Amino acid sequence: MARITAGVGCSHVPAIGVAMDTGITEQPYWKPLFDGFTKSREWMKENKPDVIFLVYNDHCTAFDASCIPTFALGCAAEFTPADEGWGPRPVPVVKGHQKLASHIAQSVILDEFDLTIMNEMEVDHGLTVPMSVMFGEHGVDDEWPCLVVPLAVNVVQYPAPTGRRCYNLGKAIRRAIDSYPEDLNVMIFGTGGMSHQLQAERAGLINPEWDKRFLDYMATDPEAAANITHLEYLRETGSEGIEMVMWLVMRGALDEKVTEVHRHYHVPASNTAVGHIILENHA
Amino acid sequence: MRDEKDYDDIPGTFVFDADRSREGYHLNQFCISLRTQKARDAMKADPEDYMSRFPMTEDQKQAIRDRAWNRLLELGGNIYYTSKLAAFDGITFQDLAAMMTGVSRDEYRDMMLHGGRPIEGNRSKSEWEKK
Repeated sequence: MARITAGVGCSHVPAIGVAMDTGITEQPYWKPLFDGFTKSREWMKENKPDVIFLVYNDHCTAFDASCIPTFALGCAAEFTPADEGWGPRPVPVVKGHQKLASHIAQSVILDEFDLTIMNEMEVDHGLTVPMSVMFGEHGVDDEWPCLVVPLAVNVVQYPAPTGRRCYNLGKAIRRAIDSYPEDLNVMIFGTGGMSHQLQAERAGLINPEWDKRFLDYMATDPEAAANITHLEYLRETGSEGIEMVMWLVMRGALDEKVTEVHRHYHVPASNTAVGHIILENHA
Repeated sequence: MRDEKDYDDIPGTFVFDADRSREGYHLNQFCISLRTQKARDAMKADPEDYMSRFPMTEDQKQAIRDRAWNRLLELGGNIYYTSKLAAFDGITFQDLAAMMTGVSRDEYRDMMLHGGRPIEGNRSKSEWEKK
C-alpha cells in the first residue's frame, strides 16, 4: 500500500531559485539560508520518496484572472516550468504520477472536497523552488529524483480557503493515499510563507515571533494552527503570509503526533522570512 | 463601492478581494499578458497600441504610463500581476517593494537585512495615524 512517511514545510521565494540558477548560493547574503537545507538534502537522499504530493500556489503564471480555482489537482503526465516574465527556470520538467493523481481526485471528491482537475498545467517557482532546495541543483537535462502530484491552492485572490478547510483536505488526501494499492513512499510538501508582504506601503513586514510559534504548532499543535483566522494571517504576517494555509494541507495528511527531524528559520530572502520544517510520521 | 471589510484597518495594504478583482480585471489581464516574449515585444514597440487591446479605464492606463505602483494596486491591480509589468521594466520584486514604500533601494535592502519591517506599530491604521 502507499503510505505518507513525512511532511515538509518550506518557503518558495523566487529569488531562492534565481540564486541557485545563477550559482551564487555561497555568497554571504545567501549562505546562511542554504546552510539550513544541507541536512534536508541528506535526509531526502536517505528517505527517497517515490512521489511528492506538493501543495503550492501559482503566482498568476499558469492561471490568469479569468479562472481562479480554489484547489486544482495536477493530473497531467508532466508539468513544464513556466516563463514568469524573465524566461523559464533552467530546471527539469516535473513528471506526474497520473494513476495516483486520478485515484486521489476520485477519492477526495467523493470525500466531499470539490477539486478542479488540471490535465495541462505549467508550474512556476511555487513548485520548482521547494524541489530545488530539497534536492539541490538539477539542470534542464537532468531528471528530478521522484514523481510529483501538484496541488495548486488559490491564495492570491481573497479569500483563500480557510486553514481549517486546508487541514481537513489534508486528512482526505491522507485517506486517499492510504487506500492506493501500489507500494509507494509518498511525502507531502506544504509550501509558501512565512511572514511577508510584497505590496504597498507596508511591504517588507516580518514577524519572527509569530512565524516561530507557527512552526511550533506544526510540530505539536496543528489544531491551534488550523484555528488561525484570515484576519490574523493578514495583519500579523503580511498580505502574502496567508500562503501558510498551504502548510496545513501538509499537516492534515500526517499523524496527529509526529517527530520533528529538522527546522530552519532565516530572514531575509528578498522580502520574505524563510521557514522550513521536516516532520516524520510514525511507522 | 466596496462594503466595509474587517481587514480595512490594516495599514498600507490592499487586500486583493473579489471587489478589487472585479475592478482590476482588465488591468491584471494586461499585466499577465506580458508573460510572453511576443507580447513584451509588442508592448515595447508601441505601448499605447498594446494597452488599447485591453478595455482598461483611463485611470488604469495613466497609472501604467506613470508606473504608479501603489495607484495600480488601488485601481484593482494585484502585486503578482503588476510585478509582471515591473519585470518588463527589469525591476525585481525587492526593488519594486522599495518603490512602493517610498525609500531607496539600498535603504529597503538594509531594512530587510536587519530583520524587515517590525510588526510593532504596523498592525492597524490608528498606529500609523499617530506617527
